[in-house]
Amino acid sequence: MTDQAPDSKLPESKQPAVARPAAPAAAKPAVVASPARREFVVSWLKFAWIAFAASTATALGTCLRFMYPNVLFEPKSSFKAGKPEDYEIGMVDVRWKEKYNVWVVRTVDGIYALLGVCTHLGCTPSWLENEQKFKCPCHGSGFYKSGINFEGPAPRPLERVAIRLGDDGQIVIDKSRKFQQEKGEWNNPDSFLTL
Amino acid sequence: MKTQVGKSMFRHGYSDDDRDRAMTVLTNVFFHLHPVKVRKSGARFGFTWCAGGLSFFVFLTLVVSGILLMFYYRPTVEYAYNDIIAMREHVPFGIMRELHRWGAHAMIITVWLHMFRVFMTGSYKPPREFNWVIGVILLVLTMLLSFTGYLLPWDQLAMWAITVGSNMARATPFLGHEGPGAALLKLGDIQLIHSGSDVRFALLGGHFVGEAALLRFYILHCVAIPVAVVILMAVHFWRIRKDGGISAPL
Repeated sequence: MTDQAPDSKLPESKQPAVARPAAPAAAKPAVVASPARREFVVSWLKFAWIAFAASTATALGTCLRFMYPNVLFEPKSSFKAGKPEDYEIGMVDVRWKEKYNVWVVRTVDGIYALLGVCTHLGCTPSWLENEQKFKCPCHGSGFYKSGINFEGPAPRPLERVAIRLGDDGQIVIDKSRKFQQEKGEWNNPDSFLTL
Repeated sequence: MKTQVGKSMFRHGYSDDDRDRAMTVLTNVFFHLHPVKVRKSGARFGFTWCAGGLSFFVFLTLVVSGILLMFYYRPTVEYAYNDIIAMREHVPFGIMRELHRWGAHAMIITVWLHMFRVFMTGSYKPPREFNWVIGVILLVLTMLLSFTGYLLPWDQLAMWAITVGSNMARATPFLGHEGPGAALLKLGDIQLIHSGSDVRFALLGGHFVGEAALLRFYILHCVAIPVAVVILMAVHFWRIRKDGGISAPL
């Protein structure tokens, strides 16, 4: 792009189309574009720009949509976890921890499932049987058996996930539905399996 | 040099006269990356710390060592970790992997020092404001290169670093499904931004750091971000020349 001042040596017809006050009569341009032709050019230019913008937006949208596949090869979010009597009262059960990252805890009243994701930054805490607490190795957050946080940087309790009894008498745990204590969601019947 | 092939490469002879000798250098991109005239201050180590030049040099070593690593590294859950370990044992000069790793740390340091020097010497002032902005983008891209490369060894450190890092993306305003304003974006009662459609998902290709995340980070680390960095570097260096060379002490 060269600098083109309006007073450059180009003939009038080659000048960039910018709105300028009409030239004084003394400096009469050699060629005058007829109003009709100018309108035609402007309208086609508008159309071209709109078409260009639309196609660019479409291309960008296509690229963005491309990043979200229709099929995911991830483990299913809900799984069957055996029968309630398979779990000992007062114990934190770690049998599904490896595969689904969920602890199943049975109390006198019933069963709940805690998600093994630290509420600080998403590391995986461990259940320490001797100390009766969940402890996160990353930054030392600690949680009681209920999931309530009591030490370290974690700002809120561990999340519970949906748990219910299936038709075949087996526990069904659905990790896609989470319940947060600080939002009062642990009162939701779906977050606790009453026995 | 007298043949047509020689002339096509070097457009000036080299021995005819002083002018041709000078033009041989001046018309060659490799001989003439540096400007003809440099301010005395611009060549003073105490003023520039060579930090920008060092950043570029380290980047070049990273490109070379990185390309070499790509001949042995396979970005899959099955192979990634073992390929990195194997590089130490099965490959002559397996130290290339160490060179790449330490070079990455060095580049973060040199780029940061370069920014610090430019700031402290006031070299961001007009007419160089635009180049400062380009530089800030380059700093961010350097850190993104570091972040994406972090996952590739596929060990515990990598897994958790990226898990923690990508969890921050959840909280992006409007674009992360746990971020402020994301809940406002809905059509009727359909949420537009959820854990399967937010910015974190686009980065990981899934709901957690897994197979898809490893592949995406590999592509970003080896192709996408380097391309952006090379283009911006070209602009950055060109602007230095256009803005009157390395700035002088105030």
